[in-house]
Amino acid sequence: MQNIFAIAKREFASYFNSPIAYLVGSIYIILSGALFFNGLFLQGQAEMRGFFDQAPLLLFIIVPFLTMRLLAEERAQGTLELLLSMPVTDWQVVLGKYLASLGLLAVLTLLTTPFAISVAAIGPLDKGAVVCGYIGVYLMACAYAAIGLMTSAFTRNQIVAALVALFIGFSLFILTALMQILPPSFAGIINAIAIQTRFQSIARGVIDLRDLLYFVTLSGGCLLIAQSALESRRWR
Amino acid sequence: MIDVDQLYKNYGGKRAAVDRISFQVRNGEVLGFLGPNGAGKTTTMKMLTSFLAPSDGRAAIAGYDVYSESVEVRRRVGYLPEDTPLYKDMTVLEYLEYICDVRGIARDQRRPRIKRTIEQVGLGDRAGNLIGELSKGYRQRVGLAQAIIHEPAVLILDEPTSGLDPNQIVEIRQVIKSIGESKTVIFSTHILQEVQATCSRVIIIADGKIAADGTPAELSRNASGRSSILVEVGGARGRGPGPKDLLAYLDGIESIVVVRDPAGDAASSLLRVYPKDGVDPRGDIAKVIATATDMELLQLTPERASLEDVFRKLTKSAVAPSAASTSEQA
Repeated sequence: MQNIFAIAKREFASYFNSPIAYLVGSIYIILSGALFFNGLFLQGQAEMRGFFDQAPLLLFIIVPFLTMRLLAEERAQGTLELLLSMPVTDWQVVLGKYLASLGLLAVLTLLTTPFAISVAAIGPLDKGAVVCGYIGVYLMACAYAAIGLMTSAFTRNQIVAALVALFIGFSLFILTALMQILPPSFAGIINAIAIQTRFQSIARGVIDLRDLLYFVTLSGGCLLIAQSALESRRWR
Repeated sequence: MIDVDQLYKNYGGKRAAVDRISFQVRNGEVLGFLGPNGAGKTTTMKMLTSFLAPSDGRAAIAGYDVYSESVEVRRRVGYLPEDTPLYKDMTVLEYLEYICDVRGIARDQRRPRIKRTIEQVGLGDRAGNLIGELSKGYRQRVGLAQAIIHEPAVLILDEPTSGLDPNQIVEIRQVIKSIGESKTVIFSTHILQEVQATCSRVIIIADGKIAADGTPAELSRNASGRSSILVEVGGARGRGPGPKDLLAYLDGIESIVVVRDPAGDAASSLLRVYPKDGVDPRGDIAKVIATATDMELLQLTPERASLEDVFRKLTKSAVAPSAASTSEQA
């Protein structure tokens, strides 16, 4: 347990040593802020729907660039070999890295709370729905982070890791759009695997156990694959 | 301490990277792993540190199997990979604290451990520097520091002196030597003097196989089979008995090879004399030449194959018959 936190701590700290996190973080805050307030003033309603509507789109683009380095960089620099020569299991490395990215995403999510606070200052805001919305945004970000960590475990090239994660994220995102093309009988399956459906149900203010389970399973599955990718060097 | 038995690794190609090697390293030995690039040194080390799994065979460190009990092995091993991979965005002190964290060194022991390690590798004045800003020699010291901070019983160093300048090499070698006084050390290199300077034992590896195993002195002896004496004689002009004819009558000489006859400007002959085992005929040679002829003795030099000769001989033709016989003798 201690070494998971040691790895997470180092990783989290090194986010703040690299310009990428600042750059990508600023882009996220500025873009989501600009898009949100633009819609807010057009509609003239004190609600957060604008923010929660475009968050999924921004997140699947932004998160891969925050997670791409997690394992790919260590692999490229050779530090992964040194880390794995210490008494840590592959799981502990994966969890440590994941925890660090969760920490960074928590910071980014917190940095968007001023949006809600400023809206609340303008007019009456449904606090419960907003809290649920933020939980949904964070859960979705965590799922994308697990996808990014997974792709980062397979390559030493950070750009490849980011692009593949982006592609997977995009596929999950676009599923709901497919529903209009495919026959209605597919709707059940698509609703089950589309990240958008799950997020919207949480953002509507209903935290359903099945939706939580969806995010946990998606993230857990990706971490499992990431762990296997690390472990594959020792397969006989 | 280290027990390697029929270790085999194949990356999937036709050729095995490590081809069923076996050796043991006793407690406190400093073992030099010598071989040309691509011989299998690094692969062997990666298997010993549990980074890679052997395709076949087994290896154990302090009784723990490197595959099935890898965490126990890794607790007891300090490892410095080739090219010293380090986090460049951390200071030396932060990095060592991180290593203590990951290795689970108790909090109250950290300060003294870090302090002692920094002193041991000579990093005292650089503790606050960013690793990325250190010279290669200092980075190597950081690498050594992380490898010894948990006081491992076994130290595995992959080419710890490659890419350093001569002064740094000497310094790092000294550090390794002082660490080696209390630990079992395996380090790989392709620099031969390094092995002579620091190792109590050498394993020469070529094409994934062990080509020779022994102390540096043993290997030198075995490679040439026997030592020889280089004799240079002036004044012989090819008339009458030459030096070769004279010396042939001496006891204790097995054979003589004429390296150079006098011709043109070179007025001296050069002979290589192979004495019988355990005989030093240098005194007799000098006497015979001084008393029985009017030739002058110019040079009388005992020759012994250097480790370099051994290395070249053993690794050039991969595992040639002569190399195989050397490994049997050793």
